[in-house]
Amino acid sequence: MSGTLTVFRKELRGFFFSPIAYIVITTFLLLSGWFFFSTFFLYNQAELRNFFSQLPIIFAFIVPAVTMRLFSEELNSGSFELLSTLPITDFSIVMGKFMAALIFIALMLLPTISYAFSAALLGDLDWGPVFGGYFGALLLAGAYAGIGLLASSLTKNQIVAFIVGMAICFILTIFDRMLIFVPESVLSVFAYLGSTTHFQNISRGIIDTRDLLYFLSIMFLALYATTFVLKEKR
Amino acid sequence: MIEVQGLNKFYGDFQALKELDFTINKGEILGLLGPNGAGKTTTMRILTCFLQPSSGTIKVEKYNIFDHPLVIKKMIGYLPESAPLYGEMLVYDYLSYVAAMRGLDGGLMVRRINELVELCGLKEVVHKAIHELSKGYKQRVGLAHAMMGDPEILVLDEPTSGLDPNQIVEIRQLIKEIGKEKTVVFSTHILSEAEATCDRVVIINRGAIVADGATERLASEFGGGAVVDVTLRSPDAQLVTSELRQVAGVERLEELSDTGENLVKMAIFSNEDDDIRPALYRVIREQGWDLLDFHRRSETLENVFAQLTREN
Repeated sequence: MSGTLTVFRKELRGFFFSPIAYIVITTFLLLSGWFFFSTFFLYNQAELRNFFSQLPIIFAFIVPAVTMRLFSEELNSGSFELLSTLPITDFSIVMGKFMAALIFIALMLLPTISYAFSAALLGDLDWGPVFGGYFGALLLAGAYAGIGLLASSLTKNQIVAFIVGMAICFILTIFDRMLIFVPESVLSVFAYLGSTTHFQNISRGIIDTRDLLYFLSIMFLALYATTFVLKEKR
Repeated sequence: MIEVQGLNKFYGDFQALKELDFTINKGEILGLLGPNGAGKTTTMRILTCFLQPSSGTIKVEKYNIFDHPLVIKKMIGYLPESAPLYGEMLVYDYLSYVAAMRGLDGGLMVRRINELVELCGLKEVVHKAIHELSKGYKQRVGLAHAMMGDPEILVLDEPTSGLDPNQIVEIRQLIKEIGKEKTVVFSTHILSEAEATCDRVVIINRGAIVADGATERLASEFGGGAVVDVTLRSPDAQLVTSELRQVAGVERLEELSDTGENLVKMAIFSNEDDDIRPALYRVIREQGWDLLDFHRRSETLENVFAQLTREN
């Protein structure tokens, strides 16, 4: 457990030592801010629904960029050998890195709370969906971070890790809109697989166990698979 | 203390280790010797629980690498070849990170870091980023990494590679110093290094053990006898060879180089312990050749190594 915390602290600090972190944060704030405010006044509604509805597609690109270096860099430089010969299990390493990525994304989301305050100034903001939205955003970030971490453990090349992670996250994001190609008999199963609907449910402020379970199981599967990949590399 | 039993490792079709069996005793400095690609690094990686063997096992005290990797990792400090550290971290930050991983904190951690900074000579670089350091300093940071948890066993993969001669001497002294209390396993392909630092040597070639024994014993067992190096000036090199070959006790002659100007340089091997120098000298004096160099050396680990690892 203390090993997990040590890895977590080191990785979180590591994010802020590398320029990629600042580039990612800037890109995220620019994109989300633009998507949000460009239509905010057109709707003439004091709500953040538009911000949250864009979040899955933005996260599909941003989150893999956050996680891409976590394992690839270590595999490339060979420092993974040093890390894994320290008294720590692979799963602790994976958890430490995952938590660091998640907290980093949470910190990245923090400035967007100002959108909520801006909206609250201009009209009567319902805070329920806002809290729901942030809660959902963290679950979504966790699921995508898990996938990004898995992609990162598969290759020494950060670019490859980014593209693989992004492709999987992107497919999950647009899955709901692709359901017209799915035969009706299996529709209900496939409808469960897309991430956007689950996220929208939570961000409306309705917390359903089915949606929670969806995100938690993706996180679990991805982290488990990452641990497995690391073990198989030996 | 460490027991290696029937270790095999395959990388695809390639067999990197073949039925490795040896033990390492407590407090011993063991040199793992072999040409490049012999399997030294693979063996060390299995011992440090980084790789899993295809079959066979390693036991450290009563723990084996499959069931108790964490216990073993706690007991072992490891320096991989070329010390792949986190370049962007400061030396001090890196050391405190490793200390935290080893379960040290607070005053204990600060004390241990200061100790190691002193011991490894890192004082001038503690506040520099690791990627700014020279190879020698990186290696020292790696050594500090390995020693952080005050482990019972140190495993060092080519600890002196890429260092300058002064640094090599320093690191060797450090290894000897540590070896007084701890068990040290280190790999090298430099024989004089093994000769100078190890109590025992295991020579590996193509994944199999070809020799295992105390350093001095190996030299005498596989070497046997002595070599006399002779340089002399004579108009007829062939005559020199044929005359000297007839001297009693000479086993074989090896002409080292033909440098021209009637210079003859050769190594004369004898398989007995008797000194053949007087007999050789008598022949040389009778023939009236100018003797330029004449000395005896005993067979070194160098020769043993060459013999054992040659294609056969």
